[in-house]
Amino acid sequence: MDERDDDLHTSIHATHPVVGTELTFGSVTDKISAIVLKRKTPIGWFVGFAVSFALFQLMLLTITKMLFVGIGLWGVNVPVAWGMDILNFVWWIGIGHAGTLISAILLLLRQKWRTSINRFAEAMTLFAVAQAGMYPIMHLGRPWLAYWLFPYPNTMGIWPQFRSPLMWDVFAVSTYATVSAMFWFVGLIPDFATLRDRANSKSFRIIYGMLAMGWRGSARHWHRYETAYLLLAGLATPLVLSVHTIVSFDFAVGIIPGWHATIFPPYFVAGAIYAGFAMVLLLTIPLRKIYGLESFITMRHMHNMAKVMLATGLIVFYGYLIEAFFGWYSGNQYERFMIWNRMHGPYAPYYWTLILCNGLTPQFLWFKKIRSNLLLLWLISIVVSIGMWLERFVIVVTSLHRDYLPSSWGMYKPSQWDWGMFIGTIGFFFALLFLFIRFLPMISIFEMRTILPEAEVDEG
Amino acid sequence: MPQIFRHSTNYLARTTIFGAIFILFAALWVTAEIARSGWNTGAYIERQQPIQFSHKHHVGDDGIDCRYCHTSVETSASAGMPATAVCMNCHKQIWADSPYLKPVRDSFKDGKPLEWIRVHDLPDFAYFNHSIHINKGVGCSTCHGRIDQMPVVSQTQSLQMEWCLECHRAPENYVRPKEKVFDMEWRPRNSSKAEIAEGLDLKTKYHIQKPDVLTSCSTCHR
Repeated sequence: MDERDDDLHTSIHATHPVVGTELTFGSVTDKISAIVLKRKTPIGWFVGFAVSFALFQLMLLTITKMLFVGIGLWGVNVPVAWGMDILNFVWWIGIGHAGTLISAILLLLRQKWRTSINRFAEAMTLFAVAQAGMYPIMHLGRPWLAYWLFPYPNTMGIWPQFRSPLMWDVFAVSTYATVSAMFWFVGLIPDFATLRDRANSKSFRIIYGMLAMGWRGSARHWHRYETAYLLLAGLATPLVLSVHTIVSFDFAVGIIPGWHATIFPPYFVAGAIYAGFAMVLLLTIPLRKIYGLESFITMRHMHNMAKVMLATGLIVFYGYLIEAFFGWYSGNQYERFMIWNRMHGPYAPYYWTLILCNGLTPQFLWFKKIRSNLLLLWLISIVVSIGMWLERFVIVVTSLHRDYLPSSWGMYKPSQWDWGMFIGTIGFFFALLFLFIRFLPMISIFEMRTILPEAEVDEG
Repeated sequence: MPQIFRHSTNYLARTTIFGAIFILFAALWVTAEIARSGWNTGAYIERQQPIQFSHKHHVGDDGIDCRYCHTSVETSASAGMPATAVCMNCHKQIWADSPYLKPVRDSFKDGKPLEWIRVHDLPDFAYFNHSIHINKGVGCSTCHGRIDQMPVVSQTQSLQMEWCLECHRAPENYVRPKEKVFDMEWRPRNSSKAEIAEGLDLKTKYHIQKPDVLTSCSTCHR
């Protein structure tokens, strides 16, 4: 590293440290574990949990009704047989991308700032993937036969259709869910031990004790732990790219104008990371305020996440431009019509709102002043989340509703039960998050300790 | 602070964590076995009929051809159940006063058919036609077993889709010369090399379709 780089590095560190300089080993542990063990649960927690739990009931109601009457309950019908059930699946799974990116890729790239947000982002990932997984299973119509998707020696003597990307999806999403859960759990083990040792009630000691799996923090434990964690990070890294690539294949392999495009995999992956970081910002900004975690999640994190959002947002916008360009450049009348229809057809307002949300809004992040204003950053994250939802709506619905044959054209309108399911999964997601911040350390205690100034060893 | 867990918990933890894999596989294996067992498929479960009718006696001892009663087996989807009149062809002469045959005589008088209990019941979403199988050299005993040895008929096969596909994927393993179709003693499947070679010849001779046609979804699920 030459001198100039060194200076630059120090200056960023000085203005926006990764961690508050006043923290010590002891205070880090105290502060984070107190949220779970000592501090009185804020009244807002109960209100928030009650509201999200109530919304979760809406999801259960929708699913129950769907089991009785079938997926005709939702607004899907030919030609738009993929409606909100599939677009919400893609939306949720996209949100679930920030977690692995932060925990695995940034770990391998030795980005220290990941430490304050990785636990939370991983939890968010897991909960988002849980919501995502429900949609395609319910979309099957007969969800009790969902196990048919797995290749097992069944009495029908047949395998699933391995040539279908819908099949690959099953593997991609289930692998992603498993590896994310493993990564999250392994990362939690030393902290479970801390909670076990600090818990006052016996039942909490037993529960955290079981989860800590006999962790004593010996040198051998740490050695094995570090190896396992690195291996899991290596396993998780390709998944960040593979999952949304395969989700994009669900569309790109189909010969529908607007789906059948080679740009889809990279553009979907970028969109997923974009949506994921928006969701992390959306949740951490209020959370750090409420729980007073400003010295853990500093402005440095906010800037970095905003920058990742800007970069991936630009890739996504490039994707939109290329889609339009190729629609024209293909010379194919169906492709041309598809782009024209997106911009001028019945769903044109959705398209232009999408461009506004995902193309123009992130441009504000070029400005340091805006990145430093948490309220604006929070609002931008909401706009981006809505934009990513619109993106999937535009891809799924506008491509399908104008088929090759004008005689089969139709319109799609989500039914009230579509919204019931969507709002219900949001409720479920937040209910899980509320439980998480109440019962588990939302910031990795032991990893935070390693990045404190106190942990710096002078090797000179 | 005292220890939360006793020392033996270590062993419990190790056994359950490593054991989980085996337990999981064992559970899957048991499920697969139960799905294929007679309890689920109905194979080898004897169905009592309204009359003590013995196929062993009529086919095995008396040597009556299958087609004497199941008349439509060569020409239609259903093999056909005999009318009471078919029974009476013989039984107005022999065992004409047997108390066992009272329901048959009653049915003949009233014109009310006997209600047999169905043994081989395929699901309604599977299209099955007896005549095509008979005419392409699939013998009765290949699917129904040795009916000539059954006093009370039971299924001898699972009738599950994997069982259908065993033959549809490789008909040469099961076809026999057409004149042997009703022969109860002919081998139910071709196992030796020579037998399979014969099966392959018959496959060509009878113009049996290629497996990709025979295993196409809509061949059976129409």
